[in-house]
Amino acid sequence: MIEIRNLSKKYGTFEALKNISLDIEKGTVFGFVGPNGAGKSTTMSILATLALPTSGTAKVGGYEVTDYPKEVRKRIGYMPDFFGVYDQLKATEYLHFYGASYGIPRPDREKLIPQLLDLVNLSNKADSYVDSLSRGMKQRLCLARCLVHDPDVLILDEPASGLDPRARIEMREILKELKLMGKTIIISSHILPELAEMVDEIGVIEHGEMIAQGKVADIQNRLRVKKVIHIRTLDQENSLAEKLRDEPFVSSVLSDNTGVHVHYSGDDAQQSELLRQVISWGIPVVSFQEAQSNLEDVFLEITKGGPSA
Amino acid sequence: MNMNWSRKWINPVLDKEFRLRMRSPKSMLSVLLYVLALGAVAMAFIYMFLYLGRGGQQRFDPSMSRTMFYVLSFAQLVLIAFMAPALTAGVISSEREKQTLSMLLTTQQSSATIVLSKLVSSLSFMTLIVLATLPVYSIVFLYGGISPKQLVSVFLFYLFVMLLLGSLGILFSTLFKRTIVAIIVTYGVGLIIFLVTGLLFLFFMGIVQRNYMMSGATTPPVNSWVGYILGLNPGGALISIFEPTFSKEVFSLMSGGSTINSKAPIQLWLEFVLVYSVVIVIALWIAIRRIRPVKRGRLGRQKTKKPVETLGE
Ligand SMILES: Nc1ncnc2c1ncn2[C@@H]1O[C@H](COP(=O)(O)OP(=O)(O)O)[C@@H](O)[C@H]1O
Ligand SMILES: [Mg+2]
Repeated sequence: MIEIRNLSKKYGTFEALKNISLDIEKGTVFGFVGPNGAGKSTTMSILATLALPTSGTAKVGGYEVTDYPKEVRKRIGYMPDFFGVYDQLKATEYLHFYGASYGIPRPDREKLIPQLLDLVNLSNKADSYVDSLSRGMKQRLCLARCLVHDPDVLILDEPASGLDPRARIEMREILKELKLMGKTIIISSHILPELAEMVDEIGVIEHGEMIAQGKVADIQNRLRVKKVIHIRTLDQENSLAEKLRDEPFVSSVLSDNTGVHVHYSGDDAQQSELLRQVISWGIPVVSFQEAQSNLEDVFLEITKGGPSA
Repeated sequence: MNMNWSRKWINPVLDKEFRLRMRSPKSMLSVLLYVLALGAVAMAFIYMFLYLGRGGQQRFDPSMSRTMFYVLSFAQLVLIAFMAPALTAGVISSEREKQTLSMLLTTQQSSATIVLSKLVSSLSFMTLIVLATLPVYSIVFLYGGISPKQLVSVFLFYLFVMLLLGSLGILFSTLFKRTIVAIIVTYGVGLIIFLVTGLLFLFFMGIVQRNYMMSGATTPPVNSWVGYILGLNPGGALISIFEPTFSKEVFSLMSGGSTINSKAPIQLWLEFVLVYSVVIVIALWIAIRRIRPVKRGRLGRQKTKKPVETLGE
């Protein structure tokens, strides 16, 4: 349903996206995670035909976004990370406006809008002015707006951000329903737990690069196991580096004047075994310490959770 | 029938613009202030001529009524110059600032529909405001001195000036992220059109006229290119609507108080309409192209294939 190939986006000389590739099957709920500034919104606005990629292609339902923007717009419902509403419209008028903008005839809209309001639990606010709604309600109204033209794909940029826990749960329930309706959903967040239980797959992005992608459980494992061990010795860095290269679970070894950096994928027991091994070689170890890899930084950051914006 | 008509002409963007405009208390306030401003000009005029004119000589006759019409028409032109940028330079950028633009741009509405609907909606509102000033003209109608044709021409001319400033306003509203910048730039361009063209005309007319006198004026009086500059000025164009001989005088150089008899190469208002029609078309064309991201470098890159639509999806 969504097919991204080698997508790059530059703002001047700054590379916001570096060669991203991504496939999302029809009916999948895809969680797009990464810290603030990673490039999630940039990717999503390219998919929504609102920004042009510097290079690469992105297809929605087979239509390339820059070649057939009109076709793509028909197929997507897009919710931006920050959005406003027309305050002086009532909730139903608001949905009528967008419905009409998608070319839906009025009689159809008259039937559709109550259903949409019901879906997002806003039936009792149908005649309220939009500016009288709470933030969570506006968010849900905006979600209803994404659905007026019954798109196959929903692109939701941080739909849960800034919501209190209760509103978050409501949003989650609605998304479950949409999943049951067979929509392909791509939803972003800078907090992993917020997504983990409602998505089928996740992609982790940082500094414009896709660093991990796949089933939620797989990613969580991969994010956990990769680590860097930093070893300092009394001037024996080079011979230690030589020896370490042949050890199991060691993927690469770097040595510099601060010590030896070992990229290691063994678990804790294997790691303690490694330390015993190093000492048995008679190397004077000053410190043996787990450092955080880039991936772990990301993992820590996106698993922190909490209400920070 | 009626339903079909409105469905065809009132697109969703236009419908929304009208609704929001009419619901905003600011709109009604601006109509009121505008009419009051023009009313104040009318009162000041009447006061000056009826009370300050000594010895009761000054009677309000058709010629006085015509003068009043001219004064009101110029005042109205100035008011439009102040109003139009403020009303149009925010129409796109304010949606961007309120973060509603991206959602509008992902609908099926074409860029042209969005831009032109916003233009038509603000033009309609400005027309409403200008028509609301008609009662101020009642004293002119009472004493006569102007023909209905002149009145209609002047109002059509206003419509054109509003279209011009409106198109520029929407262009800058599309190009600049911030409304305040768009408004300032629109006023800047308005200042060039309203003032700088007039000053340039006076400046060049001075030079050309002097050279002509210095040359001894032996050659018969000729038309000068300098007149074209005044045709770019709304004030010049407006006078040429009042006084059909005005264009001729503007184009000819004076020799010893007499001007030539040849016709003006073009009526100033006609030049104004022709030149600025081009400006309007270009401004709107750029605005329509730039409201969504522009695809560049299509050369050397093949359009990707359309997918084969599968039946029964
Ligand atoms: N219009 C822009 N001009 C310049 N830089 C931008 C623009 N939009 C985004 N960026 C930069 O691109 C990076 C990615 O931004 P974004 O996609 O919004 O990240 P995310 O949504 O993951 O938080 C950020 O560093 C941001 O500062
Ligand atoms: Mg973002």
